[in-house]
Amino acid sequence: MKVLMFGWEFPPHISGGLGTACYGLVKGLNHHNQEVIFVVPKLWGDEEPLADFVNASDVVIDYREKKFKKIWKNLTYLEVSSFLVPYLGPEEFKKYTDFSIHDRTDVDESVFSNKFEFSGKYGKDLMKEVSRYALVAAQIAKSKEHDVIHAHDWLAFPAGIAAKEISGKPLIAHIHATEFDRSGESVNKPVYDIERAGMHAADHVVAVSHLTRNIVINKYGIHPDKVSVLHNAVLDASIIKSDTRKHVPEKIVTFLGRITFQKGPEYFVEAAKKVIDRDPNVRFVMAGNGDLLNKMVERVAELGMGTKFHFTGFLKGKDVDDMYAISDVYVMPSVSEPFGIAPLEAVRHNTPVIISKQSGVAEVLVNAIKVDFWDVDAMADAIFGLLHYESISKMFRELGSEELKKLKWEHVAAKLVKVYEKTILKK
Amino acid sequence: MRTICFYFQVHQPLRIKPYRFFDIGDDHYYWDDYSNKSIIRKVAQKCYLPMNALLLDLIHMHQGRFKVAFSISGVCLDQFEAFAPDVLESFKKLVATGHVEILSETDAHALCSLKSKGEFTRMVGRHAEKIKRHFNGYTPKVFRNTELIYSDKIGGMVAEMGYEGMLTEGAKHILGWKSPNFVYQNSIDPNLKILLKNFQLSDDIAFRFSNKTWPDYPLTTEKFVTWLNVVPKDQEVVNLFMDYETFGEHQWAETGIFEFMKALPSAVLRNTDFDFSTPSEVVKNGTPVAKIHVPTPISWADEERDLTAWLGNDLQNEAFSKLYEMETRVKNIEDEEIQRDWNYLQTSDHFYYMCTKFFSDGHVHSYFSHYDTPYDAFINYMNVLSDFILRVKIKENEMAEAEE
Repeated sequence: MKVLMFGWEFPPHISGGLGTACYGLVKGLNHHNQEVIFVVPKLWGDEEPLADFVNASDVVIDYREKKFKKIWKNLTYLEVSSFLVPYLGPEEFKKYTDFSIHDRTDVDESVFSNKFEFSGKYGKDLMKEVSRYALVAAQIAKSKEHDVIHAHDWLAFPAGIAAKEISGKPLIAHIHATEFDRSGESVNKPVYDIERAGMHAADHVVAVSHLTRNIVINKYGIHPDKVSVLHNAVLDASIIKSDTRKHVPEKIVTFLGRITFQKGPEYFVEAAKKVIDRDPNVRFVMAGNGDLLNKMVERVAELGMGTKFHFTGFLKGKDVDDMYAISDVYVMPSVSEPFGIAPLEAVRHNTPVIISKQSGVAEVLVNAIKVDFWDVDAMADAIFGLLHYESISKMFRELGSEELKKLKWEHVAAKLVKVYEKTILKK
Repeated sequence: MRTICFYFQVHQPLRIKPYRFFDIGDDHYYWDDYSNKSIIRKVAQKCYLPMNALLLDLIHMHQGRFKVAFSISGVCLDQFEAFAPDVLESFKKLVATGHVEILSETDAHALCSLKSKGEFTRMVGRHAEKIKRHFNGYTPKVFRNTELIYSDKIGGMVAEMGYEGMLTEGAKHILGWKSPNFVYQNSIDPNLKILLKNFQLSDDIAFRFSNKTWPDYPLTTEKFVTWLNVVPKDQEVVNLFMDYETFGEHQWAETGIFEFMKALPSAVLRNTDFDFSTPSEVVKNGTPVAKIHVPTPISWADEERDLTAWLGNDLQNEAFSKLYEMETRVKNIEDEEIQRDWNYLQTSDHFYYMCTKFFSDGHVHSYFSHYDTPYDAFINYMNVLSDFILRVKIKENEMAEAEE
């Protein structure tokens, strides 16, 4: 089978979990001898040759194609809200729009040119790039043969829709995150509209968890029969041995992720206070950056635990591994997490994890403590328990790594192929 | 007596290096030697060396009729000793003329007067020793607290230590209709004379000198002399208190600040009935007019003249209280490095960097801070303090074992 896949990023040039998931999926499809044409806005040249990569920046558009006009007509509304930056929190977003409102041009002619250099980032011209990406997709769908179209998240949905328009092949919309996960109830309408249009235009929708599937059904009005669940997997399930030793005598409890509404950092802070009140020999670490960082720093000061609660800022590379390695407990208190790969990384470092019930990963990870994100008492109890009752954490360490070995991308890809086949058959 | 009293604050904090969570328990050296050294060298070239030379000339030229006072923090003296011995030499030369007074203060330019009498007394003692060592046995008689922080209670403690006078801000909300141009007394112990900064005339030089939007720009000695001459005849003393870095650093040499100072003493002595005095001379010769009541502490900072630049938000209060929780424990520890760090961690600037007053209305108050945001300053300081607390604990355990 030949899959025409539209993504937004691909390792090693990634800024989020989307690229990693695409990588795993493509690798899994490779394993089952499926051909993949993978399109990204910008290729860097150092991607692993797992697919027939297409660099959208290199594609020349032939405007004589009549169907393009229709596609373009459908896309023009995107331009109107071109200061939309989806992965920024509201405060950063406001700062950004205050700045950009003064020097934006309403219609950028470069969208109509034959070639267009994508940044492939999540920057200020995102909407322009998304709509241009759709035009490129149409061109590719015309010139490259394929059996099925697969689009990852809303950034690639207009591309998927346009490709389907041209080739008439079935479209799979893959949901890694929805606008409700990113923004809570205060959704960006244009993003929601694109997500909804993509899901409705799709012949089948794939969600990364049951949690996300429910959102797709309830908030986007998609018929349950049209939505399947494909949990993410891990690329490497081996246990990571580390020589890194901590330098402090206290036990370390860690939050590692973006410090934004979606990740629930405030619940971690409140739980930390409850634990420290009972056991002063614990240090809490909040690693990461985000629009709620300063608010968290202030709250920690207000609660008077500044010498026990530390902030590291954004970590990368070896620092991330070191942080997992020296942690005694890892907590992911996400308010809404479609999947959440980080706890699996913690397991690979033999660190016991506490995850919120509102995360997709809770559906696959059995050996973890699961609490409601808002239940800081339960969270504090769980932290205290894992720190003090060696038997539970020992059990988690042993069973967790076994569990990890079952989460393979090959299995995910096998299920995906079935979804492809069924969808093609139906069509 | 009609006199002008010049006092300059000389201070540079020992800045903390970027200190990460991963360093806690591992790296026990907190200080940013590179930036501390380069800043001292930079300010030495721009301000300390040229201005000291200028003052020495003026003192010689006017044969002792021109005089000034300095308060040099201990943390700054330590850095002169390490990075700028030439600057220290030039201060020694000035003091040796007999027309330059050195004031007493807390060794680390700390805020301990607000928290602990014991620590305050110890720190003032440590500074006095340093002054004695560097300046040929010199003993200060007048006290100047960090950032001119003053209250009745602090004045009381200073009087108890045997000082004759103390400097503070002529804050409007304290003075009301009264003039700063008199000698006042502490309300607890009237033997302690209080000199108040004339913030109008002081800030004309320190802040407004090069401000082109100021209606009185450019400031000339002629203008300044005219303003001195309209000070009512019964008012005895005009206290001009400012950062020494005003000369060449806050106001660059290009603004003409050095030329202004060079010409000012002659202009004053020729065209007014003012002369120049040091703080201890004003304390001795001035006639105290009244007690001054300052129930809540004041300072010379910002429009509010209060403590909110250092102790105004949760970050600052948390860092400050966690630091001083350590006081009694540190006191009992005999360890040179722990004592050194305890001293330097108390420097007020660390708390100033955590101030969010300016941050919140969008202004970046970055001139005096090497941190991007007050939050960065807090995080860095708390990481260091966490390591410091660990070291104290380890040392305590060692001492307990040794006793057994």
